[in-house]
Amino acid sequence: MAGGFVYTAVESTEMSTAEYYGNTLAELGREHPEIVALTADLANSTKIGIFQKEFPDRFFNVGIAEQNMFGVAAGMAKAGCVPFLSTFSVFASLRCADQLHTDICYQNVNAKIIATHAGTSFGQAGSTHHAIVDFAVTRAMPNLTVICPADGVETANAVRAAYELNGPVYIRINRGFDRVLYADPDYGFEIGKAVELHEGTDITVIATGSCAFQALQAANFLENADGLKVRVLNMHTLKPLDKDAVLKAIMDTRRIVTVEDHNIIGGLGSAVAEVMAEAGKGCGFTRLGLKDTFAPIGLHEDIMSMLGIDSNGIIAAVRDVMGKDFELDDNWDDEV
Amino acid sequence: MSLTKDEWLALEKKAHELRNLCLDTTYWAGSGHIGGGMSCMDILTILYHKYLNIKKDDPDWADRDRFILSKGHAGIAYAPVLCDYGYNDKEQLKTFNLTNSKMGIHLDSNKVVGVDASTGSLGHGLPIAAGTALAARVLKKSYMTYCLTGDGELDEGSNWEAAMTINHYNLNNLITFVDRNHNMIDGNTEDVMKLEPLADKFTSFGFDVKKVDGQNIKELCDAVDYALASPRPVLILADTAKGAGIKMMENNYKWHYGAIDDKLYEECKKDLEEYYQKRVERVEREAK
Repeated sequence: MAGGFVYTAVESTEMSTAEYYGNTLAELGREHPEIVALTADLANSTKIGIFQKEFPDRFFNVGIAEQNMFGVAAGMAKAGCVPFLSTFSVFASLRCADQLHTDICYQNVNAKIIATHAGTSFGQAGSTHHAIVDFAVTRAMPNLTVICPADGVETANAVRAAYELNGPVYIRINRGFDRVLYADPDYGFEIGKAVELHEGTDITVIATGSCAFQALQAANFLENADGLKVRVLNMHTLKPLDKDAVLKAIMDTRRIVTVEDHNIIGGLGSAVAEVMAEAGKGCGFTRLGLKDTFAPIGLHEDIMSMLGIDSNGIIAAVRDVMGKDFELDDNWDDEV
Repeated sequence: MSLTKDEWLALEKKAHELRNLCLDTTYWAGSGHIGGGMSCMDILTILYHKYLNIKKDDPDWADRDRFILSKGHAGIAYAPVLCDYGYNDKEQLKTFNLTNSKMGIHLDSNKVVGVDASTGSLGHGLPIAAGTALAARVLKKSYMTYCLTGDGELDEGSNWEAAMTINHYNLNNLITFVDRNHNMIDGNTEDVMKLEPLADKFTSFGFDVKKVDGQNIKELCDAVDYALASPRPVLILADTAKGAGIKMMENNYKWHYGAIDDKLYEECKKDLEEYYQKRVERVEREAK
């Protein structure tokens, strides 16, 4: 890794996911004077304020005006700066969707949107502050790369990788602390490449964001309790999706469960289903996430449990899919 | 420095040529946003032929002045200006709006040379212009940013968000024009959604507002000269006529967008010639 900022498991217990982002951005700021940072009155909440402290002349708080922020960032990018923008995911993807679509994506400018409070991670704030459609919105925007890191260490990797990529990038990270998936940053993070967290041949769980940790826990439990070999893929990049990893999962395991802190419409589950359908290969399949509903109010962990996107929910879904005979037609001889 | 008579006459001649080229482009395309194109042609003319520090052979020059056309539907006027200036081949205007053309109603900054922002969705230009002006500060560059908004598009709240930013950071390296032609798609701006008192609104948002006749090149140039020397962000509120120069279009909101056939084309050409003569007479009368 470039630079000297190497994160450890110890730091993971002390730093929130957003703090990893803020520190990484400040580190990048030292290396690259063209980086500027913008927020809409959320310097502290999104931790972009860590950059502000070190580079006050390259930091711009536009007030509570997200549409303006995205336009200003597009102008700055057009003039040669590399803007990082931070606000909550629900606002970044909806409040200024037109500016994201036209100013950022259509113009294909080199701007990086680091959207915090993803999914239901700001649980107690309710649905006005839950981002449950941002994958659907951002995945459909041409030129935009969409990333959902699993924890703080992966966030640091993703933010660095986003800088290296020339073009617009949307990264959604959670509020608060994520369960630690990676103790070491050197696991080969690459945009568009899924990471296999657990080997398996019976079924594949494809998870993104904080659900990846839950999926790994579920796989370990199912191995001991049911003797199941569960492959777990951390699909940190929603777009471009790692199609090869999905196709391999269909071929090798014939059963897939997707898990995301997002509506099941338009997110990871939809993306995987698109690959599966276009390949013409049938597969046992369940999407875990919000079942086209808004989420209840509560602690993030509680909401994840209620939605069935925690380890218990994943265990139940895996057992369900394992118990189903998806090959209803015995004579279906053209399968993989 | 005040505009000399020769300079004024030369700019009148250029504006006349560009009005004609805008009409031609509308005719070739079959139809277009000619009303709002004609109302801002004098502003575009003084920018591209007096003020913008740009290089014909180096359109991406990092130190160039920026121009953001927020009223993106005036592409039918802007494309002729960019072709006439030399950034793009004039022949391209004959393909305007045609399938697979590089030029459509709203110009694409990644396809049309010289376009600093892809606009069309209204209320986007002023934030982008604030961004290029802020970037000049960060990158320690002395270029100016000019932005031209329509008046109807000022209904969009994002303009006022940008106005706050321009005032907060005192972006006096940005000069904003408002093409106050009083008309939008559904009618007069004051009937659709009241804008007045518009100058007071911008003043209260922190701009130094200069009201001028937007069809008077001398007044426009004086206002830009004032803005260039101002320690504060200046907004030039240009009172204009939709369809300026063509009698049946003038101040007629129905000519926000329209089609030009052979008969109409000849009529418009005649009107533009008459209009030019009157403008030259004014120069002769008023120039010192």
